Amino acid sequence: MKLRKNVAVSEAGLLFNPVTGESYSINPIGVEILNLIRDEKNPAQISRVILDKYSTDQATFEKDYHDFISILEHHNLLESHEETKA
Amino acid sequence: MKKRKLNIAVTGLNAIDSPGPGVSVIRALREAASFDVGIIGLSYESLEPGIYMHDLVDRTYSIPYPSAGIDTLLSRIEYIHDKEKLDVIIPNFDAELYPFIKLEPKLKTMGIHMFLPTLHQFEERHKVNLNDFGKKYNISVPKSKVIYDLNTIHSLPSEFSFPMIVKGKFYDASIAYSIEQVKSYFNKISAKWGLPIIIQEFIHGTEFNVTGLGDGKGNTIGAVPMRKQYITDKGKAWGGITISDEKMLDMTRKFLKNTKWRGGFELELMKNKDGELYLLEINPRLPAWIYLAVGVGQNIPEALVNLAMGEKVLPFTTYDVGKMFIRYSWDMIVDRAKFEQISIYGEL
Repeated sequence: MKLRKNVAVSEAGLLFNPVTGESYSINPIGVEILNLIRDEKNPAQISRVILDKYSTDQATFEKDYHDFISILEHHNLLESHEETKA
Repeated sequence: MKKRKLNIAVTGLNAIDSPGPGVSVIRALREAASFDVGIIGLSYESLEPGIYMHDLVDRTYSIPYPSAGIDTLLSRIEYIHDKEKLDVIIPNFDAELYPFIKLEPKLKTMGIHMFLPTLHQFEERHKVNLNDFGKKYNISVPKSKVIYDLNTIHSLPSEFSFPMIVKGKFYDASIAYSIEQVKSYFNKISAKWGLPIIIQEFIHGTEFNVTGLGDGKGNTIGAVPMRKQYITDKGKAWGGITISDEKMLDMTRKFLKNTKWRGGFELELMKNKDGELYLLEINPRLPAWIYLAVGVGQNIPEALVNLAMGEKVLPFTTYDVGKMFIRYSWDMIVDRAKFEQISIYGEL
């Protein structure tokens, strides 16, 4: 899973998609997860980082993580599997 | 090195809620690196705000509406030229392009240059010809139909589903959800802009615009795509952001290459949820938001003037993505004497 090329994420949490011109505001943990995705960490590695850092449990993290990824997919911010393979 | 000075006349000074491009074009020309300018405003109404913006416009002359005929316009331009020694005219309204295109050879003999589409290009891209245009150049366009009278409206539901767009031949468009609304918009728009009226398939999606400049030989001199971020109730962009979309730029280059478009333009595009692009309209002039293109590195009005003057112009190759324009309104305080001057004498 990869964030689309050229998608810009500011430190303050503003995500800008240069292809559509849309921008979204993301909370600090969202930014942290996006940066981990950018660093090509897999879901297990992302889970470990977040669970080590914050007081939450695996089930809650997984639910929130999948919700977040679904939102990114819905807004076409992630590369599709075909694009990733190419 | 001292830059040459060009006297450039510009129309479209109506910087109102549905703004003309004139003031933005003038701002761009004032920032031109390759020449200095004297700006002559050409106005139709005494309350066009650009007339009173003396930091941008040096002098303004009223000109007759296109309906007064080409000879009347020519004689007014001859008068203005005699006083101002014009080098270039940039017309910025769709409705005045026909007379200016017709006058281009004559004005050239007077030493006044323009860089306009040919009459064939101007007619071919017209809203009423959009279906044929799409077929000829293999560009996706929404289905549309030209209607001249109310009697044909009742057959529309067999060809189009609701909602449908009702468009004027020059300006105005409304979304109709019923036959009654189609009738109402038909009457309203035709009373203002005349016939025909264009009925267009409604494409669900997001609206984008591209402005640019073609050199008349098929080359793209400039192209900047923008997404409207804030839209007024008249459908005008009050805020927008530059984007980077290769599909849009490809469509623009294809349009310019195939038509050999000469001059400035604005493409109105709709992208549906599957990412397919439709060309809704081609405006044969620079848009009111042209200053955004200047702000992101493409001074398109400057390039247009240089092309008009017969200079060699290198294409722009980049622009800043993610830069925004945010429009605002501003109350100017104007002496009544100035209003009288332009209203009574047609000069200020």
